[in-house]
Amino acid sequence: MVTAGAAPLWLVEFDSSWVPRFGIHFHLGVDGLSLLMLVLTFVLGIMSVLCSWTEIRDKVGFFHFNLMWMLAGIAGVFLALDLFLFYFAWELMLIPMYFLIAIWGHERRIYAAIKFLLFTQLSGLLMLIAILALYFVHHQTTGVYTFQYGDLLGTQMSPRAEFWILLGFVIAFAVKLPIVPLHTWLPDAHSEASTAGSVILAGLLLKTGAYGLLRFVVPLFPNASHEFTPAAFALAVMGIVYGAVMAFAQTDLKRLVAYTSVSHMGFVLLGIFSWNSFGLQGAVMTMICHGLSTGALFILVGALQERTRTRDMERMGGLWTAVPRLSGAVLFFALASLGLPGLGDFVGEFLVLLGSYQISVGITVIAALGILASTLYALRLVQRVFHGENIRGWELPDLSPREALIVGPMIVALLWLGLYPQPILNTFGPAMHNLQIQHQANLAAMVWQKR
Amino acid sequence: MLGIAYKRIHALAAALTVGGLSAACCSLLLVIPLVPRQVTTLLIIDRFALFYMGVIIVSAGAVATLSYAYFQKHVAHCEELYLLLLIATLGCTVLVASSHLLSFFLGLEILSVSLYAMIAFLKDRRQSLEAGMKYLVLAAASSAFLLFGIALIYAELGTMEFSRIATAQPATSHLALLLPGIVLIVTGIGFKLAVVPFHLWTPDVYEGAPAPVTAFVATVSKVAIFAVVLRFFYHFEMHQSRAVFVMFIIIAVASMVAGNLLALWQNNVKRILAYSSIAHFGYMLVGFVAGGNMAVEAVTFYLVAYTVTTLGAFGIVATLSTSSRDADMLDDYTGLFWHRPLMAGIFTVMLLSLAGIPATMGFLAKFYVLAAGASAMKWSLIIILVMTSTIGLFFYLRILVALYSASSDRAATAEPLVPANGMVLALLTTFLFWFGIYPAPLVDVIQASAVPSVELLARN
Repeated sequence: MVTAGAAPLWLVEFDSSWVPRFGIHFHLGVDGLSLLMLVLTFVLGIMSVLCSWTEIRDKVGFFHFNLMWMLAGIAGVFLALDLFLFYFAWELMLIPMYFLIAIWGHERRIYAAIKFLLFTQLSGLLMLIAILALYFVHHQTTGVYTFQYGDLLGTQMSPRAEFWILLGFVIAFAVKLPIVPLHTWLPDAHSEASTAGSVILAGLLLKTGAYGLLRFVVPLFPNASHEFTPAAFALAVMGIVYGAVMAFAQTDLKRLVAYTSVSHMGFVLLGIFSWNSFGLQGAVMTMICHGLSTGALFILVGALQERTRTRDMERMGGLWTAVPRLSGAVLFFALASLGLPGLGDFVGEFLVLLGSYQISVGITVIAALGILASTLYALRLVQRVFHGENIRGWELPDLSPREALIVGPMIVALLWLGLYPQPILNTFGPAMHNLQIQHQANLAAMVWQKR
Repeated sequence: MLGIAYKRIHALAAALTVGGLSAACCSLLLVIPLVPRQVTTLLIIDRFALFYMGVIIVSAGAVATLSYAYFQKHVAHCEELYLLLLIATLGCTVLVASSHLLSFFLGLEILSVSLYAMIAFLKDRRQSLEAGMKYLVLAAASSAFLLFGIALIYAELGTMEFSRIATAQPATSHLALLLPGIVLIVTGIGFKLAVVPFHLWTPDVYEGAPAPVTAFVATVSKVAIFAVVLRFFYHFEMHQSRAVFVMFIIIAVASMVAGNLLALWQNNVKRILAYSSIAHFGYMLVGFVAGGNMAVEAVTFYLVAYTVTTLGAFGIVATLSTSSRDADMLDDYTGLFWHRPLMAGIFTVMLLSLAGIPATMGFLAKFYVLAAGASAMKWSLIIILVMTSTIGLFFYLRILVALYSASSDRAATAEPLVPANGMVLALLTTFLFWFGIYPAPLVDVIQASAVPSVELLARN
């Protein structure tokens, strides 16, 4: 499968038989893309432990048990090279997330937790059916039962089968990403979860959806995803614009940040389905930067909520004088989120637009309008919460050293990603290159087969 | 071989029961090299039978252990229960080894008759008596169906051996009575397995029966009956007989849909588990209609997972029950996690397994069944399975939400855990995780023992 001239596929690889009856392997592999995602996972993992330091007061042990369990699941998703193992890890992270929301969440936590679990479980099971279908289709053509990613690449199948199997995968990833009609669990889950839960949800769980599209959907189903591209583009811009508009209309701070995620993930979808080097680089950059900036925003909003006991923007205002450092930090991440040049998110979104421009100008124009809308909601957030008169007489403690320790490195990282992104681009560059080469090869092989 | 183990145990004590069952279980290991062997025309002892006997005996041992603590709280004289339990277990072992409709029927009756008494064992509880009565009437009715079916088949074919019935099938397009006979047999079996539309007794019996007995009804008896079904239909060319095939599909779909939907409206944990078991047998039937070796494997794995999980869940119910009533209302579980974390933790794991969450056996079982369904290209069936099991997730979550919701004021009532119960539960949990994460050994055993040996009377 490796074409001459390509970099070695995996930096580190581990393979061991797991359930021989089904040809299931315990197969892990790291390439540049997985590596970055893993780093992001563990950085945000540490951050979420730090930010829950004072917020979580009861059942601390069980809380961290769930947190670690979930991080293990997420790391498994980024590492798995066996589709069964991938699904296993994929489902593994649901239950701890459910507990994180249902036990340590806010007012409507039970509702949000159940909604989250039902959405993700149903879509996950559809993906399981798709995986099984792929498994049996592969067996039909080659006579080998395998769940191995490397073997399943380039499986020959009829266009109709390919389309349905693709759909199974896309639904699962679309729920996680989220793509707009399937996003309704997200604002609830994000706003009701505790801070650490929101950070992990926004920073990592959403990325698993994008990673799935990138690693599995497009490479495994090159033809069907090519046909799916117009639909994906339409859904992506819908997400960008809808997320931005909804964010603008929120008064709940956490819901606002949650909707911005919907908007940003639209860019990721756009970048992935452009499937050229700009688009892919942009998508991965956006994933990383969104993880950092939104994670930080959730941490800061959580810190604000811990102080004011509310998330309602109407009840805040004029906080700048009370908590100048915290306000400054929020301003920084809000600017990052609206795509200010010089910060990481800008690089990502710019590259995505560059990539999608080559495919469709119209779509790119609408997506760019989404960036405009993001300016509106980000500035509205800052203005409502921090500017104006402090009419309610808030007197609050400013950022503690612990919180500064969380926020500081994230600021540095975003600046670095914005000003000098080349090392990061170089890290995942070969992985992306490989994906593209494989994709070309598969496409060619399939066309050849059809003749 | 098993008879000896049983005859020694008339000494009416739990320890002896458990000991006897363990001895019987060990004797199973000893006879593995001697099988397969035909014991008259009635019974066939093969690896398939041995495997199921193992499952049955181990579960019966777990039930006996759980019963000890449970019934000690309730009645002064409860030794008869162990006798009944052993007789019922004997009936089950006869069932899984039967290769003849008569031994099938005999085993079933041995099982049912002792179950009547076990269900109604708590004589001072109205519910228990009512449940026993209900089970008596319906089980008798289903036996009548079964007998009639057997009679029709005998009238048509002149034989009651499974193998002859199976071989007679392909050339039998003219045998008008065969199909009604089989349909009647399926009806009778359907009652015992509590699949829709023959499920009406289930919630009431589950609710009324003492918790360990419910565990027995839910696991051991159903496992044994399903084993016969597997054996009977393995050689019977179901795909050629369209009507029987369609009947099973309808039963499967109805069980999945009705079981999951009806459970949503329950507030009683035992009733929820009853409906969930209806749904689980629906899932198993999906694997079953896939046909072939894969189906037998998938169903066998599912049955093992289901047995472990259900025993665990009812084990918790039995352990938490007090002398006056069973802990069966959802309220009994509110905030359980915060004052009895271990119990609640185990219950959580059992429920997650029933819901089919990874790292538990329940997930692999569901995966196995889905794989069987997919290998037979039954896409619509497995999509229904997926949809309904998502509905199912909802009511498991309701119990979970109760377990973890804010602590109630009943925290002080916690009794210390009986060590024996704790051991059973710990063992079940270990099984659940061990085979949920590394199922290869169990899969190998199932693949080696269960599948090929459904072969009947090779020398016939």
